[in-house]
Amino acid sequence: MAEEGTLRVKTGLAEMLKGGVIMDVTNAEQAKIAEDAGAVAVMALERVPSDIRAAGGVARMADPAIVENIMKTVSIPVMAKARIGHFAEARVLESLGVDYIDESEVLTPADEDNHINKWDYKVPFVCGARNLGEALRRIGEGAAMIRTKGEAGTGNVVEAVRHMRTITNEMKVLAVVGEEELMTAAKNMGAPFELVRAVAKTGKLPVVNFAAGGIATPADAALMMMLGVDGVFVGSGIFKSTDPSSMAKAIVEATTHFNDAALVAKVSKGIGDPMRGLEISEIDEKDLLQTRGW
Amino acid sequence: MSKESPVIGVLALQGAVREHAAALRAAGAETEAIKWPDQLAGIAGLIIPGGESTTIGKLMVKYGFIQAIRDLAASGRPVYGSCAGLIAVAKRITEGTDPWLSLMDIEATRNAFGRQQESFEAEIAIPVLGAPFTGVFIRAPWIETAGSGVDILAEYDGRKIMARENNILVTAFHPELTTDTRVHEYFIDMVREA
Repeated sequence: MAEEGTLRVKTGLAEMLKGGVIMDVTNAEQAKIAEDAGAVAVMALERVPSDIRAAGGVARMADPAIVENIMKTVSIPVMAKARIGHFAEARVLESLGVDYIDESEVLTPADEDNHINKWDYKVPFVCGARNLGEALRRIGEGAAMIRTKGEAGTGNVVEAVRHMRTITNEMKVLAVVGEEELMTAAKNMGAPFELVRAVAKTGKLPVVNFAAGGIATPADAALMMMLGVDGVFVGSGIFKSTDPSSMAKAIVEATTHFNDAALVAKVSKGIGDPMRGLEISEIDEKDLLQTRGW
Repeated sequence: MSKESPVIGVLALQGAVREHAAALRAAGAETEAIKWPDQLAGIAGLIIPGGESTTIGKLMVKYGFIQAIRDLAASGRPVYGSCAGLIAVAKRITEGTDPWLSLMDIEATRNAFGRQQESFEAEIAIPVLGAPFTGVFIRAPWIETAGSGVDILAEYDGRKIMARENNILVTAFHPELTTDTRVHEYFIDMVREA
């Protein structure tokens, strides 16, 4: 008797994506460039985050026609973004047959209090987190994969680094404190107790954790891998660079051989200019994407 | 030549590398993560893990693994490919794309069981292993056709999902995502007997 949509097959796909690069694409042509460059999956969306940031207004799920066209064009997994709490968008994406849904702060939230109940779906979800409590809340809601939020659309890796270091440090603390301190830890970080206990016992998240939000160069990808992420999402960083195909290939290689500085140097040569970056302190606090969701 | 605990490499370009290494260790082998072809000289067998087959394939070509792994297999050392690894060792790909390593006389169909929402787990009968095995199938391929020299070790729903040809072993499913190490033990025996 075959069972579909089990936690093991949901987290299993994320396991298969490890050591790889997931690239944001807005049409079939970009999806093909990403696949040819060695992406392990593509994220279908209407505009890359830097354009969403520039355009303002409400950012929503991509046009289903675009998502379907991308699914027809490439053989690698196709992910798509739904607004935080927008379970109707998630159902639409599920019905299209996408392989993963990103309940994403890059889009305008539909619910300021509640995220989607992700247990209720056959399609797996990835969600962003800035700290361990947020990661465990999302896993508690059924997320099968976590990514750092970073600050999307900036080409500035500083927030992704902050979020990854925060998650790692909080896990290290849980691994050494006494069993009797775990309930208080769960209360303070607003995370499900059983998940806090599991992290204290294993020293790691129960699901795969990728870097996202501001990765723009091969060295950025290598940095995040060295900080312990399982793989990398690149949003605006590919198709806002001057030579997307070369940049994409270089980031794939740097992710595989992140510990090999000579190789990262080699692949970083002659790949055009990365996207223009944004200094985080110059962004109005109300324009930060990472504070969406909780 | 029999060895107490052979060193088995896991191709570490992308995918479920850690899980295969953990399963091998649990089953009594030593492991090495293989990032470059020159490491192949020191191993007694190789696992090509699940992952994204186009990514793993492109990186194998880029870093000179194609001929190096063919040489390893030609020397009689066993190679085991799971899921994407099955596609990597097949001689023919149904979609008509070029094969990667061409080590096994099978035609592989990519994502044959469907997309992620059709991914599933099921109890499967693998006669060489005895009791049923929990097969985890993730966007899994199947073996469309196999040459006469290929032993089909398991089928599910009428589809060929595990096979062996001499020193090459493939599974369409992911034993590394379970705690059952019998497939890895079977492969370690192949390495010991090689």
